[in-house]
Amino acid sequence: MASFAQFGNDLYTGRRQINFIGRRRTWYLLTAVLLVIAAIGIFGRGLNFSLEFKGGSQVSVAQVKDTSNFDQRARTAVQKAVGSDENLEVTKAGASTIEVQSKKLGNGTSTDTDKVATALAKEFGVGANSVTTQFIGPSWGSSVTHKAIQALIVFLLLLAILLSVYFRTWTMAAAALIALVHDLFFTVGIYALTGIEISPATMIGFLTILGYSIYDTVVVFDKVRENTDEAIRQGNRTYAQAANYAVNQTLVRSINTSVVALLPITAIMVVGIFLLGPGTLLDLALALFFGIAVGTYSSIFIATPLLVSLRQRETSIKELNRRAKAFQTSQASVLATTGTRDQHTPGESVSGVIEPERAKAAATAMATKTRRREIHPLAKRDDD
Amino acid sequence: MATRARRSGGLSPRRVLAILLLLGVALYAGIAGASQWAHPKGKWVPLLGLDLEGGRQITLQPIVGKGQHVSAGQVDQAVDIIRNRVNGNGVSEAQISTLNSSLIVVSLPGNPSQATLNALAQSSQLAFRAVIVCNSADPGYLQGQTCTQMAAPTTTKPSASSSPTSSAPASSGSSASSGATSSGSPTSSASPSSSPRSSASSTSSGANDILPQAYLADTKTPSPKTTASLSSTDRSSSSPTSSATATPTPTPTAPQRQLPGARPEPTSASDTAWGDMPVDQIWVENGMATAGETYTQLLANFPCTQSQHVSGPAAEKWREVAAQAPADQADVMCSQDGMTRYLLGPVEVSGKEISGATWGNETNSQGVATSTIAVNLSFDSKGKSAFANVTERLLGYGQNSAQNMFAITMDGAVLSSPRTNSAITDGQAQITGNFTQSSAKELANQLKYGALPFSFKELTSEQVSPQVGTDQLQKGILAGLIGLLLVVVYSLLQYRMLGFVTVASLCVAGVFSYGLVVLLGTTAGFRLTMAGVTGLIVSIGITADSFIVYFERVRDEVRSGRPLRAAVETGWKRARRTIIISDMVNFLASAVLYVLSEDNVKAFAFTLGLSTVVDLLVVMMFTHPVLTLLARTTFFGGGHKWSGFDPDRLGARGVTYAGRGRVTIADRKAAAGAASATSGGEA
Repeated sequence: MASFAQFGNDLYTGRRQINFIGRRRTWYLLTAVLLVIAAIGIFGRGLNFSLEFKGGSQVSVAQVKDTSNFDQRARTAVQKAVGSDENLEVTKAGASTIEVQSKKLGNGTSTDTDKVATALAKEFGVGANSVTTQFIGPSWGSSVTHKAIQALIVFLLLLAILLSVYFRTWTMAAAALIALVHDLFFTVGIYALTGIEISPATMIGFLTILGYSIYDTVVVFDKVRENTDEAIRQGNRTYAQAANYAVNQTLVRSINTSVVALLPITAIMVVGIFLLGPGTLLDLALALFFGIAVGTYSSIFIATPLLVSLRQRETSIKELNRRAKAFQTSQASVLATTGTRDQHTPGESVSGVIEPERAKAAATAMATKTRRREIHPLAKRDDD
Repeated sequence: MATRARRSGGLSPRRVLAILLLLGVALYAGIAGASQWAHPKGKWVPLLGLDLEGGRQITLQPIVGKGQHVSAGQVDQAVDIIRNRVNGNGVSEAQISTLNSSLIVVSLPGNPSQATLNALAQSSQLAFRAVIVCNSADPGYLQGQTCTQMAAPTTTKPSASSSPTSSAPASSGSSASSGATSSGSPTSSASPSSSPRSSASSTSSGANDILPQAYLADTKTPSPKTTASLSSTDRSSSSPTSSATATPTPTPTAPQRQLPGARPEPTSASDTAWGDMPVDQIWVENGMATAGETYTQLLANFPCTQSQHVSGPAAEKWREVAAQAPADQADVMCSQDGMTRYLLGPVEVSGKEISGATWGNETNSQGVATSTIAVNLSFDSKGKSAFANVTERLLGYGQNSAQNMFAITMDGAVLSSPRTNSAITDGQAQITGNFTQSSAKELANQLKYGALPFSFKELTSEQVSPQVGTDQLQKGILAGLIGLLLVVVYSLLQYRMLGFVTVASLCVAGVFSYGLVVLLGTTAGFRLTMAGVTGLIVSIGITADSFIVYFERVRDEVRSGRPLRAAVETGWKRARRTIIISDMVNFLASAVLYVLSEDNVKAFAFTLGLSTVVDLLVVMMFTHPVLTLLARTTFFGGGHKWSGFDPDRLGARGVTYAGRGRVTIADRKAAAGAASATSGGEA
């Protein structure tokens, strides 16, 4: 961990800097490619919606002792109970749970689903208490989806207002929201590409991602605002440099918060996969896992670069950049005379941070230089 | 520093901790109090949702016709009625809530029977319609055989107070009528077509029955084209007296019928002219009739069971449409057993006019209970007079006539179609039929607790086994513990001894979250579902995140060269803003989810929102004061290398951070001075 702590210190002081903002075109391109792939997944392959959205019946029989030949036995039992085993999917979930799914059991009524449940309980020798049945009417899914989309829109609107008020600039709110929509789209894309089933719990997960991914972005933006405010006051750094410095300074924090958020979710996933089988717990955790991972990526590689791209157009920022460039050029020329030019750190160009020693030297040199200029060219100084 | 003093309002960290302790004690005292005195008694464990406890959850969707609108008020009313029905069935701890403003979610513990569930959802909009034509639904008997010759109709038992005179004048008129049958005799209530059981109660009405049989002939002929010829007689039913005195004048209406395109307007609810009326738009919209078709044609096509159904919408759908057909129009329905098909007049008495319903063994006129189970109805004043009108008018038809019967309809089916033996003017009626004790109880409950504004159909139905639920909960808790452990280990690795502050804070957060979930279970009926448990587990990460934001900020300040005490204060000032805004965002997300979602999601959103609030509480009132106190110790304040605030490890090494011109030695001295001054003041 020592090296990680050292890494954090270096990022903080500027001894080591990663050029997030400067290479923003690369991230944009990468993101665009990923989004296109996600779009192909969503619009080409489509999403694999669970029973709850398509309508149908599911009966799961838990604590089955003898699962041998379960497929055939389940089919026969269903056939006997409702007269048909068409479109039947029989699967084994976990060690002792048999799941029977169908678009339509019997006449497609809940009564027939219950008949099947009784038949299966008898076939597999378990009590009625071990059977879970689910009957979903065909129009249920659209109502859930409708609700989720409504929640999404309301949330985005409220969030836009909240962030605009908090950051006192629409650009930050816009960048945060674009990153957010990216997270959602990309996560849904992962589901489309992998064909993982989307259940109502997954939907909840998607909506929770929103709150979570904005969390990350807000932490970074808070630092960005602090640094850029300072840059504007002092005129020593361009907006892009100040923002890049902020991303570097909060990188360790971003990694830590994401890891800590992902740890319990990973625990749920492990328990879900190996002990529970699919269900609310696993579906939610999986959606959050993807969402938080994507959210961390976007707050670093999309939100802040986007913010810089947006603000670069503002006249006040252009003015700042001009001032900062002039300052840095003069600083560089001063440093060149002090002979420390070769020692420059990566932070210098990408984040406008120079080492303390060099900064001191530059400041002294600058002062000398200024003083020199104050003297009339024809006058002669004592110490010359 | 001045800012700190202003913010904390002079509260020392110890005092803040004491307040937090008081809050915690108050919370658990509340739970203890609830478990002692609340009704029902509170528990020390959270209430569990259906998916963890096991039980049945159904989602009901209102069946509405085109153009009909479901208002929020109607849904609320429906929820109340369903709740009453559930309670009437003796099911405790049922939860009924709305979803999407029009769906109703009913959660019942245990394994309720399908019949119970169906009964909950039925609109039970009881209506009384006059029977115009009825026939066997069996295609083999389609023509010619009327229901008067077949199934046993149930009877209304007139009470002793029913007016014996009301129908007398009508009978005199009836003798002048078509004369298809002999005029009514007092004993003719022993209708030949009645089953023994129903006739038993019919005869009980005895001498009251003076039966005009004027229109018996009409009803013998189910083919509407012919019946129409005799239908235009004036049988006004506007008031009991007018009905009683009305002399039916059987003017032949054949000429009218022959006029092309001219249809006779029905003059009463029993008028066979209804059969020639074009069907209501609703039948056309649902593809069950073509525009301009008559009710007679509809009657011929109406499938009563799925086996009779040939093409087009399923039989169940026909029933749904029949339930939605307008009240002021004729309607076609089947009996519940699917054996009989009816053409019915407009609604004359509606279920709203029923003031009470009981069930029990039928009593005969001597007040002796028979073995037949009956549902007794009483009408309010409006229903009473309307019902009197109907019965008086129907009495004008012969006992063998279908038009003598009225149909009690509910949810698009005819519950029973009793004959009218006498006019019922006291607003008391009795329905008999093939009731069992439970079905009679169910119907009485439905009638008593009111009719739902519309019928509902089951959109989803889910039965969760309690064993599976328990299993899920155990595994969920296991996952939570593993997650917690991982977070603790990571915190200790990253933050050394400081990690213990995280652990302690998480414990405090856990104590508060648990207490709130339990207390809200008692006071607000909040139930923990699997999604809720997931929300709590996920919130471990969110809560820990706040500490990380805070600690990293303090570390930043230490890196900048501040001594720990000052670093804690400045770091807190900056971190607080971030923590508050991110908690607000999370809270916003959960609030939106909570307001706009179904039950299961609500539980998740609720726990997430709850833990956000708890997080804010803990970080403000526990983590920060504790860190402030720890910063005064030599271990942390001195920057021990295991404290997590070691300036050397954090790269401070006495160098004033240069990237930011603000922090100078003077600043540091001022900060240290302010911190010591503050702590000095507190000591």
